[in-house]
Amino acid sequence: MTVVAARTPFWRKPSVLPGFGLSMGLTLLYLGFIVLIPLAAMILRAAGLSWDEFVGVVTDPRALAAYRLSFGASFVAAVVNIVFGVLTAWVLVRYEFPGKRFVEGLVDLPFALPTAVAGIALTALFAENGWVGQILAKAGLKVAFTPLGVVIALVFIGLPFVVRTVQPVLQDLDKEVEEAAASLGASRLQTFRHIILPAILPAALTGFALAFARALGEYGSVIFIAGNLPMKSEIVPLLIIIKLEQFDYAGAAAIGVAMLTAAFVLLFMINLLQRWSRSRIGAF
Amino acid sequence: MAPKRTFAPIAESPKIRIGLVLLSLIYILFFLVLPVVVVFTEAFSRGFAHYLEAVTEPDAQAAIKLTLLVAAIAVPANVVFGVAASWAIAKFDFVGKSFLITLIDLPFSVSPVISGLIYVLMFGGQGLIGPWLDEHDIQIVYAVPGIVLATVFVTFPFVARELIPLMQEQGAEEEEAARSLGASGWQTFWRVTLPNIKWGLLYGVLLCNARAMGEFGAVSVVSGHIRGFTNTMPLHVEILYNEYNLPAAFAVASLLAFLALVTLVAKGILELRYGHELAPVHH
Amino acid sequence: MTLSSTRRALAIVLGLSVLASPSLAAQRTLLNASYDPTRELYQEYNAAFAKYWKGKSGDDVTVRQSHAGSGGQSRAVIDGLRADVVTLALAYDIDTIAARAKSLPPEWQSRLPNNSAPYTSTIVFLVRKGNPKGIKDWPDLVKPGVAVITPNPKTSGGARWNYLAAWGYALKANNGNAAAAERFVGQLYKNVPVLDSGARGSTITFTQRGLGDVYIAWENEAYLALDEFGADKFEVVMPSVSILAEPPVAVVDRVAERNKNRDLAEEYLKYLYSAEGQAIIARHYYRPRDAAAASAAKVQLPDIELFTIDEVFGGWKKAQAEHFNDKGIFDKIYKP
Repeated sequence: MTVVAARTPFWRKPSVLPGFGLSMGLTLLYLGFIVLIPLAAMILRAAGLSWDEFVGVVTDPRALAAYRLSFGASFVAAVVNIVFGVLTAWVLVRYEFPGKRFVEGLVDLPFALPTAVAGIALTALFAENGWVGQILAKAGLKVAFTPLGVVIALVFIGLPFVVRTVQPVLQDLDKEVEEAAASLGASRLQTFRHIILPAILPAALTGFALAFARALGEYGSVIFIAGNLPMKSEIVPLLIIIKLEQFDYAGAAAIGVAMLTAAFVLLFMINLLQRWSRSRIGAF
Repeated sequence: MAPKRTFAPIAESPKIRIGLVLLSLIYILFFLVLPVVVVFTEAFSRGFAHYLEAVTEPDAQAAIKLTLLVAAIAVPANVVFGVAASWAIAKFDFVGKSFLITLIDLPFSVSPVISGLIYVLMFGGQGLIGPWLDEHDIQIVYAVPGIVLATVFVTFPFVARELIPLMQEQGAEEEEAARSLGASGWQTFWRVTLPNIKWGLLYGVLLCNARAMGEFGAVSVVSGHIRGFTNTMPLHVEILYNEYNLPAAFAVASLLAFLALVTLVAKGILELRYGHELAPVHH
Repeated sequence: MTLSSTRRALAIVLGLSVLASPSLAAQRTLLNASYDPTRELYQEYNAAFAKYWKGKSGDDVTVRQSHAGSGGQSRAVIDGLRADVVTLALAYDIDTIAARAKSLPPEWQSRLPNNSAPYTSTIVFLVRKGNPKGIKDWPDLVKPGVAVITPNPKTSGGARWNYLAAWGYALKANNGNAAAAERFVGQLYKNVPVLDSGARGSTITFTQRGLGDVYIAWENEAYLALDEFGADKFEVVMPSVSILAEPPVAVVDRVAERNKNRDLAEEYLKYLYSAEGQAIIARHYYRPRDAAAASAAKVQLPDIELFTIDEVFGGWKKAQAEHFNDKGIFDKIYKP
């Protein structure tokens, strides 16, 4: 025991368990080679540009249009998912209905279904001659190959997040509080607004942020259903590929770095949300 | 039985209940059920014989084999990493732990396209060490190693993210007890830790495998799209789609969709039977 | 569909029989990186070549194919896609490989007959059956309310031919006035609702997604669409004047040598000029160099007035720099 303690470096607490060096070494080695060094290579490539060039590439009108679409469509899709995700979580936790188990299992489909398969399936459904597209076309609504198609694909891939973050919170929610509110004369809607909503809000926002982050980088499902029209229906990941195809390695890397920065900011926000969410649950 | 309250209900009226359930079902129907149905309908639209031909023709077989090979390398690699990382993170206390967890999470929030791009910028002919690799006749991008690397990158966090919270929750007491009873480090791991995490590990493997077999964006950037050689199943689906061969595209897609459904069922069974032995929060 | 699916089945059977034949013959593989619309052509040609090579040398050969937009393929080869031969949409894309990766000599184009282009092709219009918008010639494409489908010239070789064909027409119609040509092409691109990255993507957009009134297409791609979807759905319209496209082929010396494939790669390209190669080319609606092959294949493509890129644009290097590079004319025109 004393030997362990004596050998333990200052930056970690002593433990009787062995294998810290091995497991930590393996982790860092693997993380370094697979993730960090290649990411650094991209940043290095972008750093080959001068600051003005870098700003020029990432704020080029076409790039700006792509950000607008990617952020806009991801945001709209995440809004759809927060509304219907909370609803679905609510229905799954509170009600009994035939086929509930089936729905419960199916919610995670977007995690398991390859994005390319989702892409061709959604395109087949929402194209003007598809099952759903036909009906929408009669209503004058074109989905496939428009920015709306991008939203549809992003709703699909972000669907499970809100449901899965809100569900456990709803399950743990103390019904007595609702009963108390009701006995004090609160209407169901008031109870929902003042009791339930605040309780599930952090979790719902976490799910929202996760869905948004996932949607931002999505490629496979979107390229089939989007028109891929520069300035109109071209998402950021596609722009990166096009830059690459045009030998513009530094430009591709620069937009990659911009996306990576956005991903970092989102990751940070998600961590904050999760912390808030946990403290909220703790309060109940 | 509480007396019936008429002024302030604690549950919604049946009408609202049915309405909410229907609304949620419509959402599920349009976004989850119909896409799967359409895959299988289109796959069999030309009859079973055509379906069989599409999934057994040599290029499709090569794509299936490559997909299995890539998963067979990527998944075990990430299992070894995931177990090592969660052992280090969950059983020890050290400075910078949450930063390390953030780094492990990173591939989840990186666009798949970037996951492919970084390897092209690193190993491609115009890349950082591309010329050196070329001199030594080592090929990484546009060949199987590149596809494996890109797949490993995107599936990197799955096992670790499942095991870290699980092992953190379980704590280190059992292992410490085993050690004080004289067990060696490996004995402790095999006899104490592994049995405790086996279902969580399986759960992580399941999700990791689904993603590994289905990855499109990252693999597409590093594949080179050589028919019968560097095409994985999702890429083969895209190629068939681009050759106007929709029934065949959907036939190969249906294999992937079937895999997804099997994954969901297996996942459901794990959650139902061994839920208490899985990590407390999923995603 | 039936024609091409029997062809496909034939190719599979041929492939299998080659694989199944028990012999001590060496098994060799060759990789051909090509542009988008040549999938069907090389599927048939590879099977024929494998048979020919087997008879000639006794060795089995599997030719692997990789297809994407021509510019994208050029970039992939530079970045390490180990193609023994490249068969791309335009010479500039192979020049780029020679310049950037130095994996073949700059004078590659003189190594095979006809500027290393075993066939030519041109750019035509594909319209919906009955030609509801009455598209007859280039000026009809800039009319308001006509949706034009064409791929992205930045990544697709075919799209660059499309663009230059339109530009060449406009120059001719306006007595060589470049500003007028720029206006014309600019107007044309205002009518483009989708810009796919490769010719094949555009074909899908037009034929299957039902977008657009007219698709500016490779001649072979237009006729293939008639074969695949039936002549009752689409019509091919020949413009009054178009561009002579010469898609070239080349051995990538460094890769072929490294794979010890030089003999195989050279023969693979040479055989494209043989009677059988030319006949296959003609059957897939490309214009063979050998007129006899065209008549033997019973595919007679209409004669129209064609101009070359050298005549009108002074060659690919100049055209690429002026029109398609960053901040070139296309970038100026295409700002919806």
